[in-house]
Amino acid sequence: MSNLSLKYVVDNQDFTRAGEASSDVKKKLKMMGVPPEAVRKVAIAMYEGEINMVIHANGGEITVDITPTQIIMILKDNGPGIADIEQAMQAGWSTASENIRALGFGAGMGLPNMKKYSDEMDIDTVLGVGTTVTMKVNICVSHKI
Amino acid sequence: MTIADVKRLLKAEILCGEEYISKDVHTACGSDMMSDVLAFVKDQSVLLTGLCNPQVIRTAEMMDIICICFIRGKRPEESIIELAEERGLVVMASDMRMFEACGILYTNGLSGGAKVE
Repeated sequence: MSNLSLKYVVDNQDFTRAGEASSDVKKKLKMMGVPPEAVRKVAIAMYEGEINMVIHANGGEITVDITPTQIIMILKDNGPGIADIEQAMQAGWSTASENIRALGFGAGMGLPNMKKYSDEMDIDTVLGVGTTVTMKVNICVSHKI
Repeated sequence: MTIADVKRLLKAEILCGEEYISKDVHTACGSDMMSDVLAFVKDQSVLLTGLCNPQVIRTAEMMDIICICFIRGKRPEESIIELAEERGLVVMASDMRMFEACGILYTNGLSGGAKVE
C-alpha cells in the first residue's frame, strides 16, 4: 500500500454536513483494504474530532496521512483553544450549550473517545488562536479496543 | 433475530432498506445522545433513538450499526432517510417509548453487548 494524503475543509457551524470528511475517509480506507478494526477506530476518532471542530471551534482543516503501518489524522481548528486540557479530557465534562446537547452531542465524551480510539493522541492548543489535535492509529498492531 | 423480527416486535414501519431486513442482528443499544453511542457501543447492530438528525445516520455509519429505529413516533426528514439509503442502512419508526422498545427486544433475545466490568 502506498502513502496517501487527504485534505478536508470542515465548515464552520454546518452541523448537517459534520461527519462528511470522516465518512469519506472510512470509505477510502475500506476500499484500500485496511483491516476493519483500524478503519473503525479511525472513523470514530475522526468523527468525534470533526464534530468538535463544528460545535466548538469555528471549523478548520483535517489532514489524513495513510502509510502502510499507520493512519495519522491532524485536525487543526480556528477555535477559542482549550483552557484546561486535563479537565477537558475528563469523561462527562463539557462546555457544550443546551443547543448542542439537543443535537445529541456535548455529553463530555468527545476528547476521551478520541483518545480511546486512537493509539496516540497529542493536543496542541493556544487560547484565542486554535487547537491542533494529532491522532495516530496503527494498522495491524492495534488491539486497544 | 433478524431485522424483520425487530420490525414486528416494535410494530415499526420500515422507512428505507426493506431489502436488508433478513439480516441477522444480535445486539442493540438505545440512546438519544450520540456521544454516548460513540463512547459505549461496541459491535451493536441496532440503534434505538428518539433523536432525529443526520448525525444519527453518521454515528451509525461510523459504528457499523446496520439498523436504526426511531422511537416515540419520531419521523426523520426525507434528507435523513436518503443519507441512510446511500449507506445501505435499514431505517424504521415505531411509536413505542424507549424503555418499552428496549425491554421487548431484550426479552426476545437481543443483548446489550457490553459487559459492566
